[in-house]
Amino acid sequence: MTTADSPTADEAPPGSTTTGDDAAPLRTPPADGAPAARVRASVAGRAVDVDIAVPAGQVVALLGANGAGKSTVLGLAAGTVRPTAGTVEIGGRTVAGPRWVPPHGRHVALLAQDPLLFPHLDVTANVAFGLRATGLRRGEAARRAREMLEIVGAAHLVDRRPGELSGGQAQRVALARALAPDPAVVLLDEPLSALDVAAAAETRQVLRRVLRDAGRSTVLVTHDLLDVLAVADSAVVLEGGRVTEQGPALEVLERPRSAFAANLAGVNLVTGTLGADGESVHAAGGLVLHGLPDPGCMPGTPAAASFSPRAVSVHAEPPGGSPRTVARARVVSLERQAELVRVRAATEGGLELAADITPSAVAALDLAPGIDVALVVKAAEVRISPA
Amino acid sequence: MSRTAGEAPDRLAGLPRTALLLAVLGSLFVTLPLAGLLLEVPWPRLPRLLTSSSSLAALWLSLRTSLAATALCVLLGVPLALTLARARLPGVRILRTLVLLPLVLPPVVSGFALLSTLGRTGLLGGRLEAAGFSLAFSTTAVILAQAFVAMPFLVLSLEGAARTAGNRYETVAATLGARPHTVLIRVTLPLLLPALGTGTALAFARCLGEFGATLTFAGSLQGVTRTLPLEIYLQRETDPAAALALSVLLLAVAAVIVLLTYRRRS
Repeated sequence: MTTADSPTADEAPPGSTTTGDDAAPLRTPPADGAPAARVRASVAGRAVDVDIAVPAGQVVALLGANGAGKSTVLGLAAGTVRPTAGTVEIGGRTVAGPRWVPPHGRHVALLAQDPLLFPHLDVTANVAFGLRATGLRRGEAARRAREMLEIVGAAHLVDRRPGELSGGQAQRVALARALAPDPAVVLLDEPLSALDVAAAAETRQVLRRVLRDAGRSTVLVTHDLLDVLAVADSAVVLEGGRVTEQGPALEVLERPRSAFAANLAGVNLVTGTLGADGESVHAAGGLVLHGLPDPGCMPGTPAAASFSPRAVSVHAEPPGGSPRTVARARVVSLERQAELVRVRAATEGGLELAADITPSAVAALDLAPGIDVALVVKAAEVRISPA
Repeated sequence: MSRTAGEAPDRLAGLPRTALLLAVLGSLFVTLPLAGLLLEVPWPRLPRLLTSSSSLAALWLSLRTSLAATALCVLLGVPLALTLARARLPGVRILRTLVLLPLVLPPVVSGFALLSTLGRTGLLGGRLEAAGFSLAFSTTAVILAQAFVAMPFLVLSLEGAARTAGNRYETVAATLGARPHTVLIRVTLPLLLPALGTGTALAFARCLGEFGATLTFAGSLQGVTRTLPLEIYLQRETDPAAALALSVLLLAVAAVIVLLTYRRRS
């Protein structure tokens, strides 16, 4: 990776241009500050129409339900999907649209859920594959492959066969293989979803180190809140093939405006219209949620209320006094989560809200699916943002 | 085949006894004639029968032509199988049907097809003749007849494997910067090596046993076009012992190929 300026004149055969190309500092952002990648394209057959930019040196988390078009976006960048209209740019170069650059000419790296290590090659040969394919000599490629394996913490695996690796080990080797040719953009498609919790946690730290900390331009498709928090700088939410939300990762998680991001962040999300008082959201079925509005909320315009399940309490009957937000609902499901129980209940307006309460409260209320309850939401813990 | 004791109580796996009875009959139907052949073979005279000049000529010719035809099958059949399995081109489906046709075509018809195309008065044969090449009734014709009949075996087994394997490894290789040619040599072919081995062995066996197409297109000229199966058919009238000896040789080769290609799967 870092041998571009080392004196390798005696190693490189004279007239060899491939070595020069290979050593070119692809990771340097284009001088004009252009994004490392930009997919501004549509694919008619899959109802995908997006404009997503990956700022140079940033990790962008791509979020969305299954079928939202995440893999199609990766395919557009990788060159396995052709856009119906629009363009794809990688490293400031147009690779799809008016001209077409096949996958092998794009300098992108693709890492999926399945590590897909070549079974007929050992670990070193796997990692060296991209370097060899771009013309590097065997010895030099193997040396760089070992360096890369060390960076991802897999130096001890150099001589193994893919079949002898655990899931986490294989995924780290696959990561080293993807990074070895120094790609302009790294494309990760749910890289941790096939791993067990411990291996995923360990590999997540590796991703954080070699992607975010190292300033690798990356698109990370994930379903996991932890991945977004640990690895991503910003987040893009896809719903039905369109971008419905994008921004700094923390902002998207803390103040989600799309149902998907809200669900991912584990918070309740209720959309509606901001009331005349400027601090309540009027939602379907007459539900009114009071809370703390963000600046920028205008009465009468669409707004979203988000709140943690812990801000919701469950009662058999509407309690006395005058809590400002009470919703009648029917319990849908109960799910044990660590020390609390997550109660999901559907309101009369068809909204599903989650409440986290103690097991003893569940017992005291004799809760079971189908039982009618009253949900009370603490206004001080409800955030209201423009939707 | 396995005779391990203490298996699960229901050894029939729920099959009715009638099916078992018919299965026994079926296996006898296949194995008895082979046993009959082996019993008839004049074993003490076998070395002498196999080393007669006509036997040796046929054996040598069969070996040369079958190897050449198998090489031709691999050279053309591998790219064809990969194209049929992976390429999304119009007409691929129809092409697949046409390419597999020789598999079910009577060999004698295959021979006629070759003769009509490459024979002296055929579609291409006439022009080749004018250019000074004569294919029909030559050793080259034997090779073409064998390759024509055997190639579908290789294409079929390789295409199935390529389709099942999918192209996910190839996609990864491409994003790592490997050009299509590099991907083919360094990823696709190594991954398909077992299927390629099976397909090649099957094609070779089919070449070795080819009779109908060879006789029709290439004739039966000792040392030039008379391969082992043709020699066996000819000797059957004049020297049945020699025919039996050559038959048992082909049977042995077939057994080795079947063992080599199908043992690993079970």
